[in-house]
Amino acid sequence: MSIVVIAVLALSALALTFGAVLGFASVKFKVEGNPIVDQIDSLLPQTQCGQCGYPGCRPYAEAIANGDAINKCPPGGEATITALADLLDVEVVPLDSEHGESKGKQVAYIREDECIGCTKCIQACPVDAILGAAKQMHTVIVSECTGCDLCVDPCPVDCIDMIPAPSGIRDWAWDMPKPPTNNGAIIATDQNNGMAA
Amino acid sequence: MRQIWDFHGGVHPPENKSQSTSRPIRKATLPRTLILPLSQHIGQPAKALVAPGQKVLKGEVVAAAEGPVSVAVHASSSGTVTAVERRPVPHPSGLSDICIVIETDGEDAWTHLTPCEDYRSLSPEQLLERVRQGGIAGMGGAGFPTAIKLHPPRNDKVNALILNAAECEPYITADDMLMRERADEVIRGMEIMAQLLEPEECLIGIEDNKPAAIAALKQAASGTHIEVVVIPTKYPSGGEKQLIKILTGLEVPHGKIPADIGVMCQNAGTAAAVYRAVRFGEPLISRITTVTGDGVATPGNFEVLLGSPMSDLLQQAGFDASKTDRLIMGGPMMGFTLTDPNLPLVKTSNCIMAVSAKEFPRPDPAQACIRCGLCAEACPAELLPQQLYWFAKAQEFDKAENYNLFDCIECGACSYVCPSSIPLVQYYRYAKNQIRVTAQEQQKSDKARERFEFRQARLEREKEEKEAKRKARAEAAAKAQAEKVAQQQDAPAEVDPKKAAIEAAIKRAQAKRAPAPAQAQAQAQVNIAELQTNVDKAREKLEKVRETLAESDGANAAMQEKLSNAIAKNEERLAAAEKALHDAQNSAQGTPAASNATPATQADPEQQARAIARTRDKIKTLTQAIEACRETDPQRAAQLTETVEKTKAKLAELEAESAPTDKAIDKPPEPNLEELTSQVEKARDKLSMMQGMLDDARAEQPADEAKIAKLQRAVEKNQDRLAAAQKTLEEARTQASGAGVKAASPEEIEALTSALEKAQDKLAMMQNMLSEAQQESPMDEAKVAKLSRAVEKNQDRVAAARATLNEARGDAAENQTSTDGAGA
Repeated sequence: MSIVVIAVLALSALALTFGAVLGFASVKFKVEGNPIVDQIDSLLPQTQCGQCGYPGCRPYAEAIANGDAINKCPPGGEATITALADLLDVEVVPLDSEHGESKGKQVAYIREDECIGCTKCIQACPVDAILGAAKQMHTVIVSECTGCDLCVDPCPVDCIDMIPAPSGIRDWAWDMPKPPTNNGAIIATDQNNGMAA
Repeated sequence: MRQIWDFHGGVHPPENKSQSTSRPIRKATLPRTLILPLSQHIGQPAKALVAPGQKVLKGEVVAAAEGPVSVAVHASSSGTVTAVERRPVPHPSGLSDICIVIETDGEDAWTHLTPCEDYRSLSPEQLLERVRQGGIAGMGGAGFPTAIKLHPPRNDKVNALILNAAECEPYITADDMLMRERADEVIRGMEIMAQLLEPEECLIGIEDNKPAAIAALKQAASGTHIEVVVIPTKYPSGGEKQLIKILTGLEVPHGKIPADIGVMCQNAGTAAAVYRAVRFGEPLISRITTVTGDGVATPGNFEVLLGSPMSDLLQQAGFDASKTDRLIMGGPMMGFTLTDPNLPLVKTSNCIMAVSAKEFPRPDPAQACIRCGLCAEACPAELLPQQLYWFAKAQEFDKAENYNLFDCIECGACSYVCPSSIPLVQYYRYAKNQIRVTAQEQQKSDKARERFEFRQARLEREKEEKEAKRKARAEAAAKAQAEKVAQQQDAPAEVDPKKAAIEAAIKRAQAKRAPAPAQAQAQAQVNIAELQTNVDKAREKLEKVRETLAESDGANAAMQEKLSNAIAKNEERLAAAEKALHDAQNSAQGTPAASNATPATQADPEQQARAIARTRDKIKTLTQAIEACRETDPQRAAQLTETVEKTKAKLAELEAESAPTDKAIDKPPEPNLEELTSQVEKARDKLSMMQGMLDDARAEQPADEAKIAKLQRAVEKNQDRLAAAQKTLEEARTQASGAGVKAASPEEIEALTSALEKAQDKLAMMQNMLSEAQQESPMDEAKVAKLSRAVEKNQDRVAAARATLNEARGDAAENQTSTDGAGA
């Protein structure tokens, strides 16, 4: 009988102790929000273009965290999908063309002599990259433009173009060396066969 | 002999230096055009200061340094600026960049220079400034701004100043020839740098394959504290980190710069440039460049103006295009192929090679890595090139980074030894670029996120501010409203409603009787008396008109109408006169004598008065309907009469209700009760009178049923009223016994009194009419109708009198008398 009592007491004591520890830990080390959302958000290109169907990158990050597809971000393209797949440990899937195509880096360009100064594009710009005032000509701060093209639609005179981002000599990057091909094979017989074994 | 160390790896490629050392430095001819790229250095491009068409002199600044890491550009010769535009520049990409194009005038006229003989006495700041103005960038190959390098950011103590004269790369002999011919300049330049940095030791590291240069340097350096250290020839001992290791045994840690370990490396060419800038004030407008390779007949070194087209230089070296497979800037190990022979020479162009295919065969096609490990043995940075290659190829850049990809100096030793001819360095460059681009993109996206979030926060804040403003406005409005209300309420609350009312009454009375209260009172009395007489007169007149009407009855319809009109008018006049009288009485009540008059609630009596008026209207209508259908439909008339009776009962009720309410507005109980009692008496009198009339009518004209009915109704009504009056009286009594003394508002008293008066008048009128009707033709329907109307009017007035009754009680005793007199 006493063994049973001791066992019950011991187990109860253990349960209480660990319960207290866990309870303390849950308060002390409480994680605010979902950390995975931040990680996903940091991988998204932050164009805030909404092509994914969500009003900005963070909402899409939240959606991905809740199980949405990772291939809805055209500005991020393949690289973003790969990074997301890595992070979430899921299969890499091709970009969902329904949400648009990866066009490469773009920036908005305002044809300034056509601008009527309506400020509509300024209001549409998610990153405050358009400078101007009412009835004053507007212009795009190229270094801040994310190329989301949200300013194009609101323009009443269609004076905004999306042009490829200017790439100067300082943006140039070395290409990946071409992988060895069989055409360049050293052994003559391989060349004739056209294919290596 | 100084101890030297060895660095890991390294290779010994064929040197091929002798071709270009056989001839002394030649001065290149003045080119027709100079193309000066704004970015000949690491860091931000300089900012052009000249415009097309502008004349410039040799040594004049044409582009100023912009930003913390930048270098000015000077005109290499005198001439005219023809363009500031994009031109192809020597860069592995073959892309264009902004350049200042100068058409030389052949005069080669120097701008004003400020030489300084006694440069040894200059302060470090002054020296640095002269170096900065000289536009000097590192001439070894990377092109880091020398002025910045000479001014370590944290003012780290430089223990060892090292002059890099190793020139380990094959083919290149520019530094070698410079040291051979201008060892003095190099040594002086180094002395200036030492003056700036005050190092503990000054070392010149030079490979043992340049005996002539070593001799010249040793000679020039004799008598100075500069030590010329001869090191074994091995590629890439000229690498900064490798040279530091060789000379000091120290290794630059990962991610650090030599300044962090107290070492500074400068190129021999840079030292010479620093000397010329400090001593003569000459900016960096020329350099020694090696032109070599199978493609040139007379390879050698040229002192060439910066911005000179390479084609010019190549021509002077006997360029043979047929023998040339490609042009390379830099050495065979680290240089890159040029796409265009017309590219300008820049501050970092130490060597131009026109190589034949035999001399520099195209690289064999890369084959699979056989994991031989030769690259790892050759790597001077002790990396694992093979691993880096795999990671770069698989685009696993984070892993490559973990394998210290960024410690790679891209010396090409690994590629040189690779048996599979894998372009390893290209892979590393690619991987490095990708990592940098990713980091930049990450930075940009972080910035975009920051801006986006800031914008969101801003919009939110603006919304909140707007809301707060709106709320504040609403609150202010509400407050203002509340204050208004409070002011309205507060004043009486503070003073007590009674007092306020009294005060108001006093004020009004005073306004009316400005001279003196006593006199005013007397005057008011006189006025009232006058008005009283007016009223009496008007009444008399009315009576007369009525009599006339009665007399003329039946004789002349037109006349009758006129008379009726006259009566109506007279009635109106009478009413007006009565009103005036009561106004006067009211103002008289406003005097201190009447100060025990109290204000009363207004809303309720008003409502009831309205209800009563409505009921009265109804009765009127009904009575008219009865009259209309009396002849045609007696039954219906009877029904209607019943309805009228009911409505009248209701009216009576309403009046009864209104009476107590009025009474609740407590008044001086004594006169009140008296009044009520007198009213009741009067009503009783009237009732008995009416009954008498009714009896008479019945006796005289039993046929005239309509009239009898009417009279009966009148009697009934009077009975009702009597009952109501009695009730009121009783209630007043109870109240008087229970409640405190309160006064009726003057307005109310006024209205009620006037109503009472009217009712009394009309009753009298009705009496007359009835008597007339009794006396004269009973069968005259028209007259009966008229009488009916008169009765109705009278009824109205009586009802009004009922409402007024209670207010009248509030009258002061003196006024009371006059009112009663008027009523009588």
